[in-house]
Amino acid sequence: MFDLDLWREIFQSINKNRTRSLLSGFTVAFAIMLFTILFGVINGLKNSFSEAFVDDANNAIFIWSGKTSKANKGLQTGREIIFKNEDYEYLKTEFEDKVEYITARVYKNVEASFRNEKNNYTLRAVHPDHQYLERTIMQEGRYINQRDIDHKTKVVVIGRLVEEDLFLTTTPLGKYINLSGIQYKVVGVFSDDGGDNEERMIYMPVSTAQQVYGNNDHLDQINLTYQPTMSYSEAIDFGLDIERKMKHRFSVAKSDQRAIRVFNMASQTKSVNQMMTALGFIVIIVGLGTLIAGIVGISNIMIFVVKERTKEIGIRKALGSKPVSIVRMILLESILVTALSGYVGLLIGTGILEWATPVLEDNFIKDPGVSMTLVVGATFTLIIAGSLAGYLPAKRASRIKPIVALRAD
Amino acid sequence: MLKISDLHKSYPIGDSSLHVLKGINLSVESGEMVAIMGSSGSGKSTLLNIIGILDEADSGVYILDGVEIKNLTEKKAAVYRNKFLGFIFQSFNLINYKNAIENVALPLYYQGLKRKERQKKALFHLGKVGLADWADHLPSELSGGQKQRVAIARALAANPKLLLADEPTGALDTQTSYEIMAFLQQLNDEGKTLLIVTHEEDIAAMCKRVVRLRDGVILEDKNVEQVRASQYV
Repeated sequence: MFDLDLWREIFQSINKNRTRSLLSGFTVAFAIMLFTILFGVINGLKNSFSEAFVDDANNAIFIWSGKTSKANKGLQTGREIIFKNEDYEYLKTEFEDKVEYITARVYKNVEASFRNEKNNYTLRAVHPDHQYLERTIMQEGRYINQRDIDHKTKVVVIGRLVEEDLFLTTTPLGKYINLSGIQYKVVGVFSDDGGDNEERMIYMPVSTAQQVYGNNDHLDQINLTYQPTMSYSEAIDFGLDIERKMKHRFSVAKSDQRAIRVFNMASQTKSVNQMMTALGFIVIIVGLGTLIAGIVGISNIMIFVVKERTKEIGIRKALGSKPVSIVRMILLESILVTALSGYVGLLIGTGILEWATPVLEDNFIKDPGVSMTLVVGATFTLIIAGSLAGYLPAKRASRIKPIVALRAD
Repeated sequence: MLKISDLHKSYPIGDSSLHVLKGINLSVESGEMVAIMGSSGSGKSTLLNIIGILDEADSGVYILDGVEIKNLTEKKAAVYRNKFLGFIFQSFNLINYKNAIENVALPLYYQGLKRKERQKKALFHLGKVGLADWADHLPSELSGGQKQRVAIARALAANPKLLLADEPTGALDTQTSYEIMAFLQQLNDEGKTLLIVTHEEDIAAMCKRVVRLRDGVILEDKNVEQVRASQYV
């Protein structure tokens, strides 16, 4: 039931005791403001971290070859290891249940031209799965597909910046681009979050490149992703297993670091995730700390408020106020002050964050901010804690014999 | 109106206890104006607080308006105080952030009256004590005599059966004291029952009956010829 008279009493009490109301309001506003700012900054830090590692699939394993650095099984050092299509097929079938996506890569540097524009680009000849490994985003057209691989079609998918460089105002889809003397049909345009270099890339079916550039079945690199359901340790074991089996396949010494190299994102992802967990802990500690400071502040003020109002409580009781209405009056007043000043603190906190965003973004803190739910939750926690903290002194005050209260000066 | 028999009260002081009231017997009829006299420590204020249900007796019987006051819950006590009793204190005990009319209206708020009605009644009682023009002033803007008159208006507002005054003139100069006493006498003439605690002989002489306390017992209880305060004003 809404009791207008009660609220009138409360507003009058707040209004006529400004210092007291401001003091308690300030504590709460300050706690919520700190909470908002600290949370926002740490959230920003988290955002920067996750952004720095989202370019490629974070469950990827890269395998590439080099020259042997150790003699093994009667074979000399300096022997060049070259992956072939059969190795790609071997990995695909051997680890069928653990591999999510798999692709080979063949690298070439090409001079591309369209009409009067020309430029040098890196060509990556790949399998269709490469799209998922690299997190390539198709803007127009399609990516390389299995049909291209089977028929060795002369098609390419070009990066957004290649389109910008060469095609100017014409749309590239369906046009023919000249790569070092051979015409390829452009079937797609892509973008990539990995930066400008990634967007100056040209993709081609791996089989086409093998035929055109060397007429062999050599591969420069094999990339794959493991099933995302695997744990970090399973993934790391998987990487080691691949390395062991590939070394065995090419008769490379187990300790040879150069002939076959396996880079496993799992180990990197693990440390990033650990960092994120650490940040999460910091968030919790900071949040709890500020909240506890706020709660302690409110409790102190509530005790002080009740002490200050002892005489008034005595007078009210002498005039016939019931204990319940004393408790209600004190609690509602403190809840009102807490809620209002919590809101003010939220406004100031988000205001400061907003204002400082440009400065923060230069310092590795991206998009700082807090969710409304979180701050409202924090404010409610403060209100509830404040009420609980205020309830005991209010209850005690309501029990004071009026004669004792009246004697207090 | 009220009847007290064999009332005892002691206060704990450290390990021992101080026996303040040692068997008080007193009855007051409706329309009386009683002064309770005694030096400090005689137990007069304690007696008044017990009569005012601000404090509780250890033993003895206290009947107020036919109701025995015993083992009351806080809630019950609040209702009785509001319905039966009006308090006037030495230090006025006005709420300092409320203006005169709001102070007077406070007991009416606890009676559950509507705002308009409260305002009307409060203004009426302020008018009775001659302060209708000061309704919007805060206690800090009033003189001592005016404060006490506001307090009297507040005590009257709930239309109590018994008015209790604890040294009502203790903080006032002689002239103002007589003005307040003249006013209290006028209330008594209109039929109100008054109980006044004082240690001043001239104030006691303005009542109709004087009860003298010493060391927790009643020394003397006699009716006196009332000195009218209005002759000094």
